Amino acid sequence: MHVHRFEKLWIGLSLLLIAGFIGIVLFGFTVMDLKVPGIEEGRQVDPTTVLSDEEFSRPGVRKISDDHYEVYMIAQQFIFRPGSTQPLTLPANTRITFHMTAPDVMHGFEVPGSGLNATIIPGQIATFSTRFPEAKSYGIICHQYCGAAHHNMQGKINVVPPSEFDESNLISQ
Amino acid sequence: MTFVNHYPKAARLVKANFIVAFVALAIGGFFGLIQALHRTDVFRGFVSSVEYYDVLTGHGVLLALVFTTFFITGLYQWGVTRTMEREPENTTFSWSWFVMMVVGTVMTATAILAGLVPGSGMSAAVLYTFYPPLQGHPLFYIGLALLVVGSWMAGGDWFWSYRKWRANNPDARIPLQTYMVIFTWLMWYICSLGVALEVVVLLIPWSLGIVQKIDPLLPRTLFWFFGHAVVYFWLLPAYFVWYSILPKLSGGRLFSDPLTRVVFIFFLLLSTPIGYHHQYADPGISLVYKMWALIMTLVILLPSLMTAFTVISSMEHGARQRGGSGYFAWMGALPWGRPAFVGCALAGIMFAAGGFSGMINASLNIDMLVHNTAWIPGHFHLTVGTATALTFMAITYWLLPQLTGKELKFKGLALAQPYTWFIGMTLMSNALHRQGLAGVPRRVSEPEYAGISYDVPFGTMAEMNWQVAIGGITLFVALIFFLVVVGGTFWAGAPATNVDDTIPPPLSGPEHSPKVLDNLKLWVGVAVALVLIAYSLPLAEMVMDGLFSPGAFPAPV
Repeated sequence: MHVHRFEKLWIGLSLLLIAGFIGIVLFGFTVMDLKVPGIEEGRQVDPTTVLSDEEFSRPGVRKISDDHYEVYMIAQQFIFRPGSTQPLTLPANTRITFHMTAPDVMHGFEVPGSGLNATIIPGQIATFSTRFPEAKSYGIICHQYCGAAHHNMQGKINVVPPSEFDESNLISQ
Repeated sequence: MTFVNHYPKAARLVKANFIVAFVALAIGGFFGLIQALHRTDVFRGFVSSVEYYDVLTGHGVLLALVFTTFFITGLYQWGVTRTMEREPENTTFSWSWFVMMVVGTVMTATAILAGLVPGSGMSAAVLYTFYPPLQGHPLFYIGLALLVVGSWMAGGDWFWSYRKWRANNPDARIPLQTYMVIFTWLMWYICSLGVALEVVVLLIPWSLGIVQKIDPLLPRTLFWFFGHAVVYFWLLPAYFVWYSILPKLSGGRLFSDPLTRVVFIFFLLLSTPIGYHHQYADPGISLVYKMWALIMTLVILLPSLMTAFTVISSMEHGARQRGGSGYFAWMGALPWGRPAFVGCALAGIMFAAGGFSGMINASLNIDMLVHNTAWIPGHFHLTVGTATALTFMAITYWLLPQLTGKELKFKGLALAQPYTWFIGMTLMSNALHRQGLAGVPRRVSEPEYAGISYDVPFGTMAEMNWQVAIGGITLFVALIFFLVVVGGTFWAGAPATNVDDTIPPPLSGPEHSPKVLDNLKLWVGVAVALVLIAYSLPLAEMVMDGLFSPGAFPAPV
């Protein structure tokens, strides 16, 4: 098949570009530790009974070690628990693992300025880990359409210095 | 003598498809204007912030599903008829697929619009992705199923013509336009199987109350099995125009027929197995499949980059035929005063920009910055909203005289239309992209949240909102220009004397390419194999624990 030499050159450059993009993503994974939901396998739950589930019946922050906390969070029409009525308080510079699910419809979990982004799907537990680099307050936005008051579904995360983190509000294991 | 004289039956069918497409475009476009003003808080008087989601559903369904499908079936009917040189094989069959698509559209639109009528007891504010457990009225899903099945029959109609043609031309290469139609529809059969299964097996029984609970992840995955390939279902007809007609509008000839065929094969193979890139942020989909989708998605850049080369070199050839010269100065010799050319060329430029934001979306971990933010509608208003929609509008200016035997009316408005659209989309899309970078979510009637301030990388939130609003108004003005030109031509166009409807042969024709490019069975086989690799295990896993479990109760909206 006849292919013009300029076009051959162009196809070669295109393939280089594509390889470059794949490389950038892999670089992000390996060197910069940019992860996405799906790396840590969350389990499945029955959405109709999840509110009486062992962990999700008491959503909140649990301590695993001095450098690792877990957050069990429920997203439901139209609040985050915890997060909406009470801000979620977390220590900075500490590994935080989120476990999130929904009992009703799909929701979104977006924390502008942090790169945290997950779809919350009834029946699935979204599990992902992060570290908040500095003490700062963040908003939580539901960015997956979830019904009539979707635009009111929001919450707050207060990230405090580890020394100021009050452990009296933790959920006991 | 032009198309309408040679093939009056086909011309009537094409016109009917176009009319439905343009009615959907008018209503859906008006909904877009409402959203642009509402979201940005410039004017919130049309609908409430709850009804916004009915309007948003109407905008997405009427434009992305109805306008596109009807325009594409019309355009492809034209292309098949003129290159097969045959009227449709059976007029009753042809009109039956058209009627089925119209009935489906009316049912779905009724369910959506009823949501705006208080006391109607019917609504379907489920958006055009209709993720359960959000539940719309059963008419919504049944209508969509009819629309898809009607489009399958339209494809059957064209394969029927192709087989008849093949019987008379056993050794000829498939004419290029029919080739592009066939490959688009082979891809469409494969990918729309996903949404058909989702709607018919899961959502219709569930919306009718035959089953009570639904597993949200399975239908969502089936939707995206279809949902990225549908992007190419919108785009390939624009490529059809760019490859087969735009070179001629530029004053030249297509650069390479063989590479055109290669590009369409790529899309058949790669369009469907990449749907997971819409589920990068989802739990329940393993990282392996997200990675696989990432690689395949970036590889699908190749046929689009090849298209950029062929289309631009064909335009350059045309410009040089028209006396253009120099490295870049030839661009000035292109027919910037002809609406059909201008629309296609500006659509192509916007598509390049949309392609770049698409590369960001495709890049798995980088996508986390923009997933489900205003960046995404910013992106796809450049692709489907301009590369596809503006190309369709522009080529209508060239097709209408062939279909009606009338001169185009209001040529000045027709010329202003693509420029106006381009300006409006530049304003709206750049601002949506930047809002998305700041974290502003998409699909929300009031994107301002008490206690949350967006960290805007550059510009201000107010400035971006104004650009979205002014851009939306400008786009709506361009839409009115288009409708006036089309309506004027239909009702008051002067009889055309010399319709320019010829398409010169490519510089490098099909005789320069191996025959294997026309081997439909081979390419369908490879495409199906790639789909099985990507989807069989995850789908099996989701189905094995029960089709409807883990099940959630419906949440009517």
